[in-house]
Amino acid sequence: MPLLEVSGLSGGYGATDILHDVSFSVEQAGITTILGANGAGKTSVLRALCGMLRVSDGSMSFAEQKLNGRATETIVRMGIGHVPDGRGTFLNLTTEENLRVGAMTRSDKAGITEDFERVYGYFPRLKERRHQQAGTLSGGEQQMLAISRALMLRPRLLLLDEPSFGLAPLVVQDIFRIMRTINDEQKVAILLVEQNASLALELADAAYLLETGKVVMSGPARELREAESVRRSYLGY
Amino acid sequence: MEAFLHQVFSGLANGAIYASLALALVMIYQSTHHINFAQGEMAMFSTYLAWAMINAGYPYWIAFGLTVVASFFIGLTIERVIVRRVAGAPILTLVVVFIALLVILNSITGWIFTYTIKVFPSPFPEQPLFGPYISSHEAGVVGVSLVVLLLLFLFFRFTTLGLAMRATAENALSSRLSGIRVGWMLALGWGLAASIGAIAGMMVAPIVYLDPNMMSGILLYGIAAALMGGIDNPFGAVVGGLIVGVLENLMGAYVVGTELKLTVALMLIIGVLIFKPTGLFGRHFVTRV
Amino acid sequence: MDGMHVNKTRLIVIGIAVLVAFLLPFVVGSYRVFQFNLVLVYAIVLLGLNMLTGYNGQISLGHGAFYAIGAYVAAIMMDKLGVPYWATVPAAGLVCFVAGFLFGFPALRLHGHYLALATFALGISMPQILKYKGLEHWTGGVQGIVILKPQAPFGLNVSQDQWLYLFSLFVALFMFWLAWNILRGRIGRAMVAIRDHPIAAEAMGINVAAVKTLTFGVSALYAGVGGALGAIVVQFVAPDSFVALVSISFLIGIVIGGLASISGVIYGAIFIQFVPNIADEISKAAPWAVYGLFLLAFVFLAPKGVAGLVQLLWGKAEASWKRTRAQKTTLQS
Repeated sequence: MPLLEVSGLSGGYGATDILHDVSFSVEQAGITTILGANGAGKTSVLRALCGMLRVSDGSMSFAEQKLNGRATETIVRMGIGHVPDGRGTFLNLTTEENLRVGAMTRSDKAGITEDFERVYGYFPRLKERRHQQAGTLSGGEQQMLAISRALMLRPRLLLLDEPSFGLAPLVVQDIFRIMRTINDEQKVAILLVEQNASLALELADAAYLLETGKVVMSGPARELREAESVRRSYLGY
Repeated sequence: MEAFLHQVFSGLANGAIYASLALALVMIYQSTHHINFAQGEMAMFSTYLAWAMINAGYPYWIAFGLTVVASFFIGLTIERVIVRRVAGAPILTLVVVFIALLVILNSITGWIFTYTIKVFPSPFPEQPLFGPYISSHEAGVVGVSLVVLLLLFLFFRFTTLGLAMRATAENALSSRLSGIRVGWMLALGWGLAASIGAIAGMMVAPIVYLDPNMMSGILLYGIAAALMGGIDNPFGAVVGGLIVGVLENLMGAYVVGTELKLTVALMLIIGVLIFKPTGLFGRHFVTRV
Repeated sequence: MDGMHVNKTRLIVIGIAVLVAFLLPFVVGSYRVFQFNLVLVYAIVLLGLNMLTGYNGQISLGHGAFYAIGAYVAAIMMDKLGVPYWATVPAAGLVCFVAGFLFGFPALRLHGHYLALATFALGISMPQILKYKGLEHWTGGVQGIVILKPQAPFGLNVSQDQWLYLFSLFVALFMFWLAWNILRGRIGRAMVAIRDHPIAAEAMGINVAAVKTLTFGVSALYAGVGGALGAIVVQFVAPDSFVALVSISFLIGIVIGGLASISGVIYGAIFIQFVPNIADEISKAAPWAVYGLFLLAFVFLAPKGVAGLVQLLWGKAEASWKRTRAQKTTLQS
């Protein structure tokens, strides 16, 4: 039984649907990536999962519980950490306060302290800047903060919306390496939405290709990497 | 010189009241970007509650405490029952909703308690305890306001709930994604604002006497103070309140007389805003095309 | 955005409305004529305010001030200078145009709540200024000025009230026609563009400052014309007739009627003229509470104003009419 199972999902903003009959799944402790060009509907998929998009058809279930019709706050509390596009940093709060907001739904003091140390271990730069206003952090640091904030929930599934966006290649590699570690060590499943296909396919086990709101190809990440059409359009070699 | 100092000190006392009201306005503005025009009438209604309790024989500070708590729930209820339903409406619709709340509260208070002016007691002694320039009540008002400020600061700075409210005010979507019940945070903000307003009302009532229209001028100064300090900045609201209070008093005493002091004070504030459109301590707007 | 294009049905509706408005003073009592006369006056003011706030996006909580200026210009001209009543209306409009245009300059620097506060300050200050001792010779101080009701001209066989109503109706029709022309033209489009996308409008070559100050002027002109007519109708001006509540009522009028809608101002004018009376009849003890409940009810039931609601119902009626007609044709064939 996969951790997240989406089948036949359609939905959008206002009256028009952006997503059409989208199906995919994320295994327990697995990494799934959804690839696609700008505007293909990748962000909309993540928003639909978190109850932020009108769903007109289909079903979404997480750990054998239905997600359809639930409030965003409730979905998050079920164990889904969402790192939104634009990172959603609280710019006027300090780094540490941002992380405390991430842990807002928890009451186990000891566990929270442990997780502080853990994310500071992954991203030592955040520890250096922990009393600094988050608005003064660099783009890469803010991305690290956004991932860390989501981890503070102790999620079973992490939704990542274009973590590489607008960052220097070295920083991106760093972040992807740590995502691998997080997945290995904590068994957190990851649903990664990316434009940077080569990095995403390297990290993921399963991959889906989205074009204008429809899944046009799916399979193990290794297979998609070899596929002629994916290589030409998304990997560029 | 003595008269001048006296004017300054009593201006500070008024300013502390404007500052409290401005703070209540900022609290609601920060999370919802609404200016609650009914804030003054909510405070007035709360003050009547306190008056009724004191009249029924409750000791002052018990009545004070009960009023603050009751006001919290009234504010919370107004948010959950009325304001929530129009949360996404255009700003002018909201202005009309707040005006409706204002006239309803005003009219109902007049109906229950009549429009006759009532004396509201001060908890502070008659004789001046802090030198010749400031009455005990004025000093008490400043003291109470400072305590309120300190408590609010501690609450927002050091408690998890305070942090959740600050997070909601800054970025509601991100807060939702962290599992914060944003709707409740907004309602809590209304409750807190109503409590702060209630304290301002009980502090000002011994000075202006109790009547259903007692807060209209004070709310205007409160709005002016909040805007002058920068409507998204609690610290600015307090400084703005004190400036407005002193300015108003000195204007009335030395420049234009009491008849035109409201006009002149407002003109001055607008003058400041024309040169500093986001207020003295406000953040600058970033607009995208 | 209604009123921008004219089709046949709309012309018929407008024609019927105008006809009813013409016949009204001959079928109702003189007090009602007086009340409907005020509806016309308010409609003119609301039209101006809607141009500024609804179409151009500049909020004003102080239009009562321009209304007051218009009223006082008319009263002073009639009482102190012996000018005939009809000549005071354009003069009041002109004076207010200049005043509004000038106020438009500081308003350029203020947005949203800040502009609301500045205009509200204007509205609050006006009674204090009118009471000011230095101006008492002209304004009559707290006492105000009493003016005489004009007679119907050309020996027309109508009462003074009826004549004043018809005069107001002529003025109102002219002002509506003028507004309609302004709003559907280049300036009207520029006004809306500035409201929706100020920076893009600037980039498109619209002189934002000029359009905004001009709109403020025109809007004040409407308030001034309304004020002059109002003074003549009520036959009396005094500082306490122009308290801040008047400005708030005007804003309520355009929101309840429908923002950025020409027809909406008529509904708004009817609301601010009659609903306070109705509220008073419902509860003598707490009339304003009833008024407030009315406001909430309107906002909840017609979030886009009465004009928006009418348009919605009209659209539904039209659709169902077309459906039945289509069904009939299929049945016949």
